[in-house]
Amino acid sequence: MIVGPAPSLSLLLALVAGWFALGLAGLIRPHRVHFVGRVLFPLGALIALGVALVGLGALRPDRLPEQLVLPLGLPDLPFHLRLDALSGFFLLLLGAAGAGISIFAAGYFRAGEGTAPGLLCLQYHVFFASMVLVVVANDAYLFMVAWETMALSSYFLVTTQHRIPEIRRAGFLYLLIAHVGAIGILLCFGVLQGGSWKFTFDAMRGPTLSPTWATVAFLLALFGFGAKAGLVPLHVWLPEAHPAAPSPVSAMMSGLMLKTAVYGLLRVTFDLLHTGVWWWGALVLGIGLFTALLGVVFAAVQTDMKRLLAYSSIENMGMIFCGIGLAILFRAFDLRLFAALALSAALIHSLNHAFFKSLLFLATGSVLHATGERNLGKLGGLIHRMPWVAVFALIGTLAIAGLPPLNGFVSEWLLLQAFLVTPRIPHPFVNMLVPLGASALALTAALAGYVMVKFYGVIFLGQPREPSLVRAHPPGRLQRLGLGWLAAGCVALGVFPHLGLRATTEITRGAVGEAVRPGSWAFIAPLAQGQASYSGVLLLAGILAVFALTFVLVRRLYHGRVRRAAPWDCGYPWQTPRMQDTAEGFGQPIRHIFGSAFLIERELPSAWDTSPHYRVHIEDRIWRALYVPLGRGVQRLADAVAIIQGGRLAVYLLYAFLTLIALLVFVL
Amino acid sequence: MTALAVIRQAGEVVLATALAPIFLGWIGQCRAWLQNRSAPPLLQPWRLLRKLFWKDATLAQNASPLFRMTPYVLFGTMVLAAAIIPSVAIDLPFAFVADAIALVGLFATARVFISLAAMDIGTAFGSLGARREMMIGFLAEPALLMVFFNAFLISGSTALPSVVERLAAPPFVIYPSLAFAGVAFVMVLLAENARLPIDNPATHLELTMIHEAMVLEYSARHLALVEWASALKLFNYACLGFALFVPWGLATRGAGPGALGVAVLALVLKLGAAGAVLALVETLSAKLRIFRAPEFLAMAFLLAVLGLLVHLMLGA
Repeated sequence: MIVGPAPSLSLLLALVAGWFALGLAGLIRPHRVHFVGRVLFPLGALIALGVALVGLGALRPDRLPEQLVLPLGLPDLPFHLRLDALSGFFLLLLGAAGAGISIFAAGYFRAGEGTAPGLLCLQYHVFFASMVLVVVANDAYLFMVAWETMALSSYFLVTTQHRIPEIRRAGFLYLLIAHVGAIGILLCFGVLQGGSWKFTFDAMRGPTLSPTWATVAFLLALFGFGAKAGLVPLHVWLPEAHPAAPSPVSAMMSGLMLKTAVYGLLRVTFDLLHTGVWWWGALVLGIGLFTALLGVVFAAVQTDMKRLLAYSSIENMGMIFCGIGLAILFRAFDLRLFAALALSAALIHSLNHAFFKSLLFLATGSVLHATGERNLGKLGGLIHRMPWVAVFALIGTLAIAGLPPLNGFVSEWLLLQAFLVTPRIPHPFVNMLVPLGASALALTAALAGYVMVKFYGVIFLGQPREPSLVRAHPPGRLQRLGLGWLAAGCVALGVFPHLGLRATTEITRGAVGEAVRPGSWAFIAPLAQGQASYSGVLLLAGILAVFALTFVLVRRLYHGRVRRAAPWDCGYPWQTPRMQDTAEGFGQPIRHIFGSAFLIERELPSAWDTSPHYRVHIEDRIWRALYVPLGRGVQRLADAVAIIQGGRLAVYLLYAFLTLIALLVFVL
Repeated sequence: MTALAVIRQAGEVVLATALAPIFLGWIGQCRAWLQNRSAPPLLQPWRLLRKLFWKDATLAQNASPLFRMTPYVLFGTMVLAAAIIPSVAIDLPFAFVADAIALVGLFATARVFISLAAMDIGTAFGSLGARREMMIGFLAEPALLMVFFNAFLISGSTALPSVVERLAAPPFVIYPSLAFAGVAFVMVLLAENARLPIDNPATHLELTMIHEAMVLEYSARHLALVEWASALKLFNYACLGFALFVPWGLATRGAGPGALGVAVLALVLKLGAAGAVLALVETLSAKLRIFRAPEFLAMAFLLAVLGLLVHLMLGA
């Protein structure tokens, strides 16, 4: 095979090799926190920036895809690499958000907590490198190797605190579902090669599968990548595994790793498969909406801050898949411009989510280090103790709640615009369903605001709920730098929404043959000028101008006198911090309204209890309805098979002999 | 031309900020008359604002900068919303900055900020109010968005000038979907602006308050800005309703000063009528229990979705 020069890919490989080198360097002095934290992680962050720049270069409109073949891998299947716009976009996402996480991690890891820092450094950078390889892999073999490396390295990172049984259990569940999903992906590639037995993606792009086989491949891909993305009902591992990991790793998993699932599905659906049936889109859209709604409702009732964020990740993945579903739907009816709009919305939301979710997970890391508490009910008032973290977390909170002028709003806006053009679909049934979808999306977005007010208000505002919180200390400079980088990303992507649209232009042109108008720095109008436009920068300028004008006028015309006094609270003088809403209290309306979504066990104190206890346990219905019977079934099957497992060597030799005979008969 | 447009834009914003407290005063007057009380003067809310601005601000000891910032943010978002909503003229130069979806986002921003400020002091009433406000908010926001979707489907655009232009275009058509949307919109308006039957703006019973519970800790100029912002919010909602459902009288593109004068007159008349109706609704209805509020808002939401289905089925 002739492959032209690939400078960007070669540079990328050098960068990835640099990560491996950093990881191995960590093993030299595994217990020297200073060496690992002050030298290796910052270098890793620099490399991540390099990766982001390589990705940015691949997004340029005049750039052709680069290919490279490495003399590694199987004898007849060397590693194929390819860098096109889609890979470039995800490289940009991984590198730009990952750089912030790495800088934060440099100041985060401490000695004496589970795995040694040096070993963590190795696992962390292998994890990072494997994600990069996933998005540039151009054959099924390398893709699966990188995919499995990603799963394994993150498994070890999740179980950093492996002495805690719950964390071991969470890690096991994660590994299990990751592998069930990987089987789906593997089978999908098996179908995609279409009898040619060539496993490069180039070979898979060639043949057109029959509609039945294409559907099989698509469903397998949806299953496999959906398991990684945490789509309902394959989401159960996510709220266990993401909170169990140390915060930078949680940020990597939620912010970055979930996006490889988005990448995978886009690669299969829009690049490898040429056909598209409309109901694929409807299916993805339906699953996405259901996932989004369930995720946000569960997030609202969580009391552990990291679990809350994990459920919110499920919600956001649901929204991303919603956009992908719409794109498939539009493409099936040949509405290319609208497909481009929906696809852009999904991609930009992926990018935005990488920034704000990483930011929030890292902020919980700072809070966790400062207070030792993950339970929302024991936090409060941290805006006074750690003001910088509070400012950055506020930016993340407003962004994830989808409020203008930050970045979360931009992708929600695009997604709603995509919903708005669905009546053009020439199919009466789909036409009817889509308004319902739009309403579900609107409800999800509004609930996200509720969840984030709870998250921010309970952690950072109010009075400290525990006396020990007075000793909470602000984080170091490196942590602040990492948080600041991600917060700056949230602001930049929100105020200048054309940046995101620019980045997706080439991808949508390649995937659906059209691209929306990217707009200019002043405003975006993706479809047409008079139809819908939005300007983040002018909106922000407007708010700031009115803010400043009002402030100056009030000071000028009146005065700025302030007295400090005890809180008023309707004149009730004996208030204590315990009278504030807890996380349970704040989630109570959701529990009331969406009660049927949960399995709630409650213990209420009676009026005569001398030491009253209130306990509430909320469980996912899907766990009992699907996973417990499934587990039991597997157990029963294993028990049945165990009959032939006698434990005597002679019997096993007999089995081997019989198998041999049978094979000989079969061959002859 | 641009200078003229800027003047028109600024004039509309100033008109909105000036009229908003008077609109509130008018509703108060109507309510008083309907309840056989002697009415306060029309300018009462303005007097209240002036009094508050002159007072010394009292802050709780543990109030954070977020708490002090929030009144300005609220006021800023509401003024900006007033700059986008076509209340007098349709073609506002600022309108391209944010379409109707962004307007919903602006309202959500204000709501999130006031809820966060309510939680900032850490009192029982504050967080109770914040929780309830967010509960009302997450139910009302999708309903409002669905109301807008009805209008979007008719006009094929989310930019408010285009929507209103399409709806106000001469062959007056009665859209059945808009009837559903209109009812839903009124319900959302009542809930979002802390009016009866969801919240009582004149309540003195702490346990039933929503909006008042959140602003308990505010005083003087901060309270003045918060109250002014909520008056503006009600005004903005009213103008939105006029623009979507009774767009007659609005000054069209390139209209002269005469048309603008007519538009201002029409706005005042509409506000007068709307205030009277609002006062009537409030006099006739009792406050709902807080757990009835979701049902009320779910009904608004379903009505709006029903409007969408009607539009798609009838193709009108």
